[in-house]
Amino acid sequence: MIPQPAPVSPILGKLSLDALPLHEPIVVATFAVVALGGIGLVAALTYFKLWGYLWKEWFTTVDHKKIGIMYMILGLVMFLRGFADALMMRLQQALAFNGSEGYLNAHHYDQVFTAHGVIMIFFVAMPFVTGLMNYIVPLQIGARDVSFPFLNNFSFWMTTGGAVLVMASLFVGEFAQTGWLAYPPLSGLAYSPGVGVDYYLWALQVAGVGTTLSGINLIVTILKLRAPGMSLMKMPVFTWTSLCTNVLIVASFPVLTAVLALLGLDRYVGTNFFTNDFGGSAMMYVNLIWIWGHPEVYILILPLFGVFSEVTSTFSGKKLFGYSSMVYATIVITILSYLVWLHHFFTMGSGASVNSFFGITTMVISIPTGAKIFNWLFTMYRGRIRFELPMMWTIAFMLTFVIGGMTGVMLAVPPADFVLHNSLFLIAHFHNVIIGGVVFGVFAAINYWWPKAFGFKLNEFWGKVSFWCWVPGFWVAFMPLYILGLMGVTRRMRVFDDPGIQFLFVIAAFGAVMIAAGIGAMLVQFAVSIWKREALKDTTGDPWNGRTLEWATSSPPPEYNFAFTPVIHDLDAWYDMKSRGCERPLAGFKDIHMPSNTGAGVILAGISTLIGFALIWHIWWLVGLGFVALIASTIVHTFNYKRDFDIPAAVVAETEAARTRQLAAGA
Amino acid sequence: MSTTTLSPADEPVRFYDFDEHPHPEGYSTMLGFWIYLMSDCLIFAILFACYAVLGGNFAAGPGPKELFDLPLVALNTAMLLFSSITYGFAMLGMARGNKNQVLIWLAVTLVFGACFLGIELYEFSELIHEGAGPWRSAFLSSFFTLVGTHGLHVTFGSIWLVTLMVQVSRFGLTAANQRRLACLSLFWHFLDVIWIGVFTFVYLMGMLR
Amino acid sequence: MPSPRPLSARLRALLILPAFALLCGCDMVVLNPAGDIARQQGDLVIVSTLLMLLIIVPVMALVVLFAWRYRESNKDATYAPDWDHSTSLELVIWSAPLLIIICLGAITWVSTHLLDPYRPLSRTAPGKPVAADVKPLEVQVVALDWKWLFIYPEQGIATVNEMAAPVGRPIRFRISASSVMNSFYIPALAGQIYAMPGMETPLNAVFDKTGAFQGFSANYSGHGFSSMRFKAHSTDQAGFDAWVAEAKKAGATLDRAEYLKLERPSEKEPVRRFAGVEAGLFDMVTNLCVEPGKMCMHQMMSLDAKGGMGKAGLYNVRQLAYDKFGGRGTHAHGGKSFVGEICADKQDIAVRAAPKAGNPKPLTGAGMKQPSAEPSPTAPSVASETRPRPLS
Repeated sequence: MIPQPAPVSPILGKLSLDALPLHEPIVVATFAVVALGGIGLVAALTYFKLWGYLWKEWFTTVDHKKIGIMYMILGLVMFLRGFADALMMRLQQALAFNGSEGYLNAHHYDQVFTAHGVIMIFFVAMPFVTGLMNYIVPLQIGARDVSFPFLNNFSFWMTTGGAVLVMASLFVGEFAQTGWLAYPPLSGLAYSPGVGVDYYLWALQVAGVGTTLSGINLIVTILKLRAPGMSLMKMPVFTWTSLCTNVLIVASFPVLTAVLALLGLDRYVGTNFFTNDFGGSAMMYVNLIWIWGHPEVYILILPLFGVFSEVTSTFSGKKLFGYSSMVYATIVITILSYLVWLHHFFTMGSGASVNSFFGITTMVISIPTGAKIFNWLFTMYRGRIRFELPMMWTIAFMLTFVIGGMTGVMLAVPPADFVLHNSLFLIAHFHNVIIGGVVFGVFAAINYWWPKAFGFKLNEFWGKVSFWCWVPGFWVAFMPLYILGLMGVTRRMRVFDDPGIQFLFVIAAFGAVMIAAGIGAMLVQFAVSIWKREALKDTTGDPWNGRTLEWATSSPPPEYNFAFTPVIHDLDAWYDMKSRGCERPLAGFKDIHMPSNTGAGVILAGISTLIGFALIWHIWWLVGLGFVALIASTIVHTFNYKRDFDIPAAVVAETEAARTRQLAAGA
Repeated sequence: MSTTTLSPADEPVRFYDFDEHPHPEGYSTMLGFWIYLMSDCLIFAILFACYAVLGGNFAAGPGPKELFDLPLVALNTAMLLFSSITYGFAMLGMARGNKNQVLIWLAVTLVFGACFLGIELYEFSELIHEGAGPWRSAFLSSFFTLVGTHGLHVTFGSIWLVTLMVQVSRFGLTAANQRRLACLSLFWHFLDVIWIGVFTFVYLMGMLR
Repeated sequence: MPSPRPLSARLRALLILPAFALLCGCDMVVLNPAGDIARQQGDLVIVSTLLMLLIIVPVMALVVLFAWRYRESNKDATYAPDWDHSTSLELVIWSAPLLIIICLGAITWVSTHLLDPYRPLSRTAPGKPVAADVKPLEVQVVALDWKWLFIYPEQGIATVNEMAAPVGRPIRFRISASSVMNSFYIPALAGQIYAMPGMETPLNAVFDKTGAFQGFSANYSGHGFSSMRFKAHSTDQAGFDAWVAEAKKAGATLDRAEYLKLERPSEKEPVRRFAGVEAGLFDMVTNLCVEPGKMCMHQMMSLDAKGGMGKAGLYNVRQLAYDKFGGRGTHAHGGKSFVGEICADKQDIAVRAAPKAGNPKPLTGAGMKQPSAEPSPTAPSVASETRPRPLS
């Protein structure tokens, strides 16, 4: 099917009524539901007069805790979208046998699998990870906020802007039909003339700016704002893994920005970086994008390794086994992750020596990763393990992740990769590590730190329902994919001609439904917990008998985190304070210097998103106008020199007195 | 009133810092800006790598020898190098607290920067006019992108420079403005270093090969 | 390398039987293929799994054991809250994976070189070396939108979406593509390798069983990707000869004009056969110059190696344009596909806007030779088995 070129109007560019996918009943129905939901939400917010509150307390906030929560909400919303795509794919693949075309045409199905990948990596996993780091790191190092609070707000809104563009592509125009990494020449103008790839490019560029800036912000925060006494080797493991993650972000996202910019130039200016003709080289794109893409994998998993370390140590009631080897393992993984990118395309015809080199470096990464698993194992050894929800997710992670690691090492053997590359075995492998590692880790983290963020624990019953749907559901959904991969079935297929494999796809679809039930149970868990929050209340600020500094303050923490900056003497700082009988200071409070809220982040990110939209649709006047507006608003923002305020000592004293009363009532 | 407890060795251990002073404003800015520059450096590294890979793909068209006008580029390089020196004078003026000296040298820097951009635009327009635009070959694509990205940086640096001149003249050499001048200084010298790479790697070596 | 066959055959039975007896009917072609190369690759999958299981199984068992034994309610278990270091344990947990990776790394190094798709076969089955005088069957493969073209230069035939080869005879595939990246994969025969436009990748393999096997593209290439499948027949020599004879009966010849018709996007193409093939067609395909009047890539590359054509070459765009101004899906576009053209020279636009195949008359210039039947000595992809590489 060759899309007809739309007429280009000077006012609306390529945008016209034809851009609305009115011929796709599924999209129209989705739009109707989203529109109704959106109208309902807006009406509710207006009715309860919440707009002012949201704007003042949330949208313009520079408080790292609120921004962290907003990141988590963004991740959760996009997770529902990405998972809907997954269900659609499973259903299509379970149906499209025996001459049936399934229920999705190629144009739609190819968008679905592309969007699923893009959304899950960039707009689900990244916001979750960034949100966790944002919330926890300043608390764990005893800081009042991040180093650049305004930048933090701006980064969040840029990430959201990217997500908005991806969501817009669902209803206005189309998304890319190229797979999530948009390899040229397929993603070039010659083979993807529509706006799909442009949506992909600008959504990732806008979000990428946010990610890079947030990476810089957190590195500086960790290096400069640690509490006195917290040397690098006394940092909590989660902070360590966050530091390494952010180093990876800063050292890899510029590569993504550059390579997407080059693809954009190919599409917008007619350059020849990745074209077939005029001397371009598509293989260069594949190399460059994976030089970003492989570190990205570790950007996602490293913070969760930190979460598992904190959870294992807390719920085993023990110091973490082998702290320093854990830290060195993290650093080794950080460095090695730059030396393995070629294993994503052994089959592109590199020489045997090159392939072997990258295969072996890939295997070497499994050594520090294996050491980490052993460290968690020996943290449990001679512990007193409490099987609360975070610990359950951690055990599930350990059992699941090692299988994913094993299949990963298999794929690292180049000749084995020749038969498994791009197969459903590969799909099963990376879902095994991303779901088993990142997603389970995020769930452990949510269950672990929710009481800190909101002051009440999550409901345990619904959490367990969710757990028992998710973990077996995962295996039911992906075990058939391993088998299908060994049967030589490749990825991104829309229809099949071998009816003998249909039952495996049906099983996989059933697994996806079990996961859906798990997600549903988790939403119920949140709702029930909020409903019964009085019963689940945490008055102590330390519901799990925690070990790190974030548990030293109240739940939820006051705006300023700590009335007095803690002084650190030991690795498990809060455990040390508790065991040496440290008392909470009750008087002598001083004014606390804090950054003020600002709307500049929302405005700048909003304009950037608008420019992205105008570029996608070739609305040149809007691009120019938006660009001028962006520079003008940036300059206006720099004229604001008054960016801080003081929380008066009296207010601090009052907040702390309230906590004293709460602690007394709880005891 | 300090909350101390007794350690096993009977020494008081302090768990909270009671006379803490807030970090001075901009305490982390230079480190953060430096890390930003390094991430920007990585973008240039990719563009240099692309030029290294694609720089020989003339697509049966002209190569550097036929296209580059080395005396013009040498003049251009001189403009940028001079602008770095004059920015240095502005920073010296800042260290002395002499606002007018800062403003004058910033203005001189701006003039040199604008000359640099003007010459670069002239070079580009000549090339495009001859038919050697970025769409003609992969070599020209990577050339225009590398040099053009540097030029865009200089453009933004110039906008920033003008903004800072206004701010210094209105609010004086406050701590915040001094910090901003120092950041722009880093940025400006960084672009200079990148340009030396471009001049050597693209122009000089291009004429040799 | 001595044959790993007997050992790994037993291992395979060991591994597969319990796990997949339940799923009878699943044809695990990757582990039970019909070609010597794929068999060795499948064995590697199993060997690496077993090596990894050496450490995975104890870890999983220990996780379960520790989780149970040190549960909070078990007050009998030792509790050592401050125990966080043991040098000997640390040594074990770093060195155990290291040892396994050393073994696996050695296997990787050797097997990657032995099973390199570029490497001509040294045996057709364990213990059956290839005689020096055996000439491999050359099959030229082109991934088109969305079908596969197979050219048999030795037999002088071509087929679409079907291939065949005599069992036991080494096959040397030369693989390219017409538009976007695909991956040529017959799981029963050998591992896959990418098919890329403007480049050639080789694959050496051999069938050791007869039968009809699935082949397909393993790299997503657009809307018709799912139906880009073909049958690969492994037959005895008589069967192969009959298959060739059948193609010879088809009559039609695949010349440049016919190829240009064939390369247009289409889905679910039925099997087609051509009794003859224009000489040198595959080299023209690889060099993106099937269309009359186009400059072949090897010509362009040799010009570039000499420093390009100077400013005289600036307006040579039409000979070079392959898909940039009129690829799949952009046929209907007018001149202004790019923003850049707004500021491009008028003359340049006029040249670009000309219809793609408007002038069939060959264009020549600056000592360029026309694409011809005999392979050019300057063509790297023709002259030797070079790695696919950027065109520099």
